[in-house]
Amino acid sequence: MSLSTPKSNLNNKTLISFQNVTKIYPRNVGALTDISFEIKEGEFVCLAGRSGAGKTTLLKLLMAEEKPTEGKIFFNGTEVSKIKPKDLPLFRRKIGAVFQDYKLLSSKTVYGNIAYAMEVVGFDKEEIDQDVPQVLDIVGLSACSDHFPEELSGGERQRVAIARALVTRPKLICADEPTGNLDPYHTRDIIQLFLKIQELGATIILSTHNREIINGLKKRVITIDNGKIIRDEQRGRFIC
Amino acid sequence: MLIFFKKILKFSWESFSRNKGLFLTTTFIITITTSLIVGLFLLRGLANSLVSSLEEKVDISVYFSLNTPEEDILKVKEELSGIPEVKDIRYISREEALSLFREKHKDNPVIIESLEEIGDNPLSAHLNIKAWQASQYEQISNFLEQGSHKETIEKIDYHQNKTIIERMFSISSTIEKASLLFILVSALLAILVAFNTVRLSIFNLRREISIMRLVGASNWLIRGPFIVQGVISAMLATVITLSIFGFASYFLSSKIEVLIAGFNLFEYFKSNLGTVISIQLISALGLGTIPSLIATRKYLKI
Repeated sequence: MSLSTPKSNLNNKTLISFQNVTKIYPRNVGALTDISFEIKEGEFVCLAGRSGAGKTTLLKLLMAEEKPTEGKIFFNGTEVSKIKPKDLPLFRRKIGAVFQDYKLLSSKTVYGNIAYAMEVVGFDKEEIDQDVPQVLDIVGLSACSDHFPEELSGGERQRVAIARALVTRPKLICADEPTGNLDPYHTRDIIQLFLKIQELGATIILSTHNREIINGLKKRVITIDNGKIIRDEQRGRFIC
Repeated sequence: MLIFFKKILKFSWESFSRNKGLFLTTTFIITITTSLIVGLFLLRGLANSLVSSLEEKVDISVYFSLNTPEEDILKVKEELSGIPEVKDIRYISREEALSLFREKHKDNPVIIESLEEIGDNPLSAHLNIKAWQASQYEQISNFLEQGSHKETIEKIDYHQNKTIIERMFSISSTIEKASLLFILVSALLAILVAFNTVRLSIFNLRREISIMRLVGASNWLIRGPFIVQGVISAMLATVITLSIFGFASYFLSSKIEVLIAGFNLFEYFKSNLGTVISIQLISALGLGTIPSLIATRKYLKI
């Protein structure tokens, strides 16, 4: 697949399904209660809610970093909690993750950070040399490929993280508060980038508590409060 | 597979270059433990050689009464020859004993003069008996003490030698036990140090590890470098220990040969090189990789 080839987004196939999911951490700390929803392939979904509402837990459950206490989670027809430990790496390759703290390697250049992600999952050098420049072009960092993360602004670092998430061609991009450390200008750029990635065919889950982002996107919004879904609207708005 | 292995080696190198101090500590402690194991092996060779050279020197002598006829003594000799424990018997007649005595004390005029004073030959005829092993002397001594010619036997000098032989065995067995205890303690230390090295490496590399997990690196690609580091530590420790013992046995060989005639330490080291390398590799690999496997299982949440 060429990274620059747009695909028709949004079809009717269900990519993610949460069925009555509850997560209780040790010492009876409840994080999520009876969560159920579905996300179709190619959708752009915002997860809204205040800090501590349960957005990150929901993403961790989806990426199989945690197991649900009750209920089932399906990704592309596979029940996530039933995946064997040895198959988890293969499963995680289908999901690109972006975090607030970027999670970049300071010892590697922009190019190196992206190439590293391809290298560990088994791409050969030829593919790496071909795909990294393409993905850098998509995120608009072609001129910075030799820079180290410390030499970049917060917005640029986040774009490197998005490029890294994108380069292994995942079906889904999960972004957990990706604009939390950014000013409004960089925030706007990053959101535009996610929209562009959705146009290229990926499904996006964007977790945020930023009112402007949610109201500006006019996309589906699932609002979580105290571990429960309180609203799920197709063209949602941020409501306190 | 080859590409996968190359990747593991590359990540091992990156991990090594960030944890050189810890890596060297592990290598050092594994070197000490394998050195102790090889040292014990050489010490056993040395002790065995010492025991057999002393065994060579040990014999028992049976002294007969002065008036015992020669044919009776020769009969005893013949009976003894039939015992499987006996390796060699030599008959020393009274005349031969006297001439040996004279030869031995020719520089001591007082003894020679005293002998002249006595006039007659005061020495008894005797049999010098050698057994195959030191432990067999007791059986030979019992045979003589309970045999039909016990009336003619004046003295058996086994009991003096017995103490020396037993002390020698006791010393070598104590050395062996102490070394084994020392090796066990060092092995435990080596395992703990290697285990903590891997634990600290995991902590130092937690960012890389979390990114590897994030992008879906396979479990073995994450665990592999820590185990490869254990293997490299083990190999390095083996080379260091081999070099130390190679040089040490070469330079100490002549000095040890003075103390224990017939034992060439360097030759012994060379002729047992295969065994030495095998012992070292097995113990070093065990010490280097088992803690890595346990630590990565315990602390690397995949």
